[in-house]
Amino acid sequence: MNADDQNKTYSHLIEVNNLKKHYNRGEIKALDGVSTTIDKGEVLAIIGPSGSGKSTFLRSLNLLERPTSGEILFEGINILSPGVDINKLRMKMGMVFQHFNLFPHLSVLDNMTIAPVKLLNKTKEEAEVDAMELLEKVALLDRAYAYPSQLSGGQKQRIAIVRALCMHPDVLLFDEPTSALDPEMVGEVLDVMKALAKDGMTMAVVTHEMGFAREVASRVMFMADGRVILDDTPDAVFNNPDNERLRSFLAKVL
Amino acid sequence: MLLLYLSIPEWLRKLIADFYNNFIAKGRFKNYILKGLGITLLVTFFAVLLGIVLGMIVSIIRATHDKTYHDMTPGFLKVILKIVNTICVVYLTVIRGTPVVVQLMIAYFIIFASSNNKVLVAVLAFGINSGAYVAEIIRSGIMSIDNGQFEAGRSLGFNYIQTMAYIVLPQAFKNVLPALANEFIVLLKETSVSGYVGLMDMTKGSDIIRSQTYSAFMPLIAVALIYLVIVMLFSRVVTWLERRFRNSER
Repeated sequence: MNADDQNKTYSHLIEVNNLKKHYNRGEIKALDGVSTTIDKGEVLAIIGPSGSGKSTFLRSLNLLERPTSGEILFEGINILSPGVDINKLRMKMGMVFQHFNLFPHLSVLDNMTIAPVKLLNKTKEEAEVDAMELLEKVALLDRAYAYPSQLSGGQKQRIAIVRALCMHPDVLLFDEPTSALDPEMVGEVLDVMKALAKDGMTMAVVTHEMGFAREVASRVMFMADGRVILDDTPDAVFNNPDNERLRSFLAKVL
Repeated sequence: MLLLYLSIPEWLRKLIADFYNNFIAKGRFKNYILKGLGITLLVTFFAVLLGIVLGMIVSIIRATHDKTYHDMTPGFLKVILKIVNTICVVYLTVIRGTPVVVQLMIAYFIIFASSNNKVLVAVLAFGINSGAYVAEIIRSGIMSIDNGQFEAGRSLGFNYIQTMAYIVLPQAFKNVLPALANEFIVLLKETSVSGYVGLMDMTKGSDIIRSQTYSAFMPLIAVALIYLVIVMLFSRVVTWLERRFRNSER
């Protein structure tokens, strides 16, 4: 953390207040007043039945989805206020998608270096050294010059994670990162995410992996019908669910 | 010598005389066909360039409109986008709804009636015509790229234009390369109507030879063969290009 960061005064890394996303002039409420906070170093797992608004919520955090109303403070700045340079802020918010979304026309190395080179003004060499280091961490150093079509699903998702890390973001957003994977590949991706959490990376993870939420998350947020039903420690959520909706959801997925 | 001449069958003798008459006498092949070929290639080349530039601009405007207009916050930019998109739609509708030869004649006899530069008018007319088809080809390429590619680019911090330039267009181009090549083949052949405005392209050259020699077979077949050879050569280059692009992903 450099001096510049320390001077900024904000109590939470991300603070969301009364976030709403309506479609069809309010007929459909994908988000119906969501409020929460994410602190530095926290791992927030977002769970809930499909259609509960958890993906919409996550994608609102970097404005891939534009909320109808509410407030999202990222490092003290309301990213919904007009005049905010969202591209600058997105550089500090990495995102990992369900379907990887690697760039098929670029090699693994180019996938990882294109953004730092074009956006952070790094030299190609600097960016490649950085990328190689990250590739080594996820045990994919030997795939640096491969193209995405030559990788397995698990490998693709690990590359997608390190591609986001190449920008050295302050927070990583995961949108169901293991849902499109064959079962035998889920483990390798979760291992990378666990290692990241251990290193103190701030993460918000929409997931169906209850094991991951229980073990790795510092907080679990249960959503239904566009609302936050419960937002508590994993222990409180999984071991003693006194909420009827949460109980019936957990009975279905566990 | 005379014996040798008599030993050639009559039909072949006629063919040789025909060949001589149509191509060699008065340097007809060189003066009409080769010079015409030069004009044909010149017009095609610059019309292709103009077509690509116009097509790129129009396709990006159209794709941007289709992809983002709905979610845009109301304001100045949204109004501007609506206006330029409407202009593009009108352009596409008019150009694709009328024959190229009519457009060429309108360009020469009405719009640029004061100009005597037939090559320039033909380049403009064919380029503007081709731009409309190229635009729709590239647009279909852009729309065929999964939205996840856009989102991945934007989530890294690229703005809309950067995402287009670095992520979407390279993939879109690769996908539409065969369709684009086909459009340029069509364009090359379409320039054969240039004679309508008196431009001395290759087809017009064959026409002049026919009017002088009263034989249609030689000049027309020669011109047809030349078009065919150019198109075949061009197809080879495109196939090679496609293979190179594909190899880069394997």
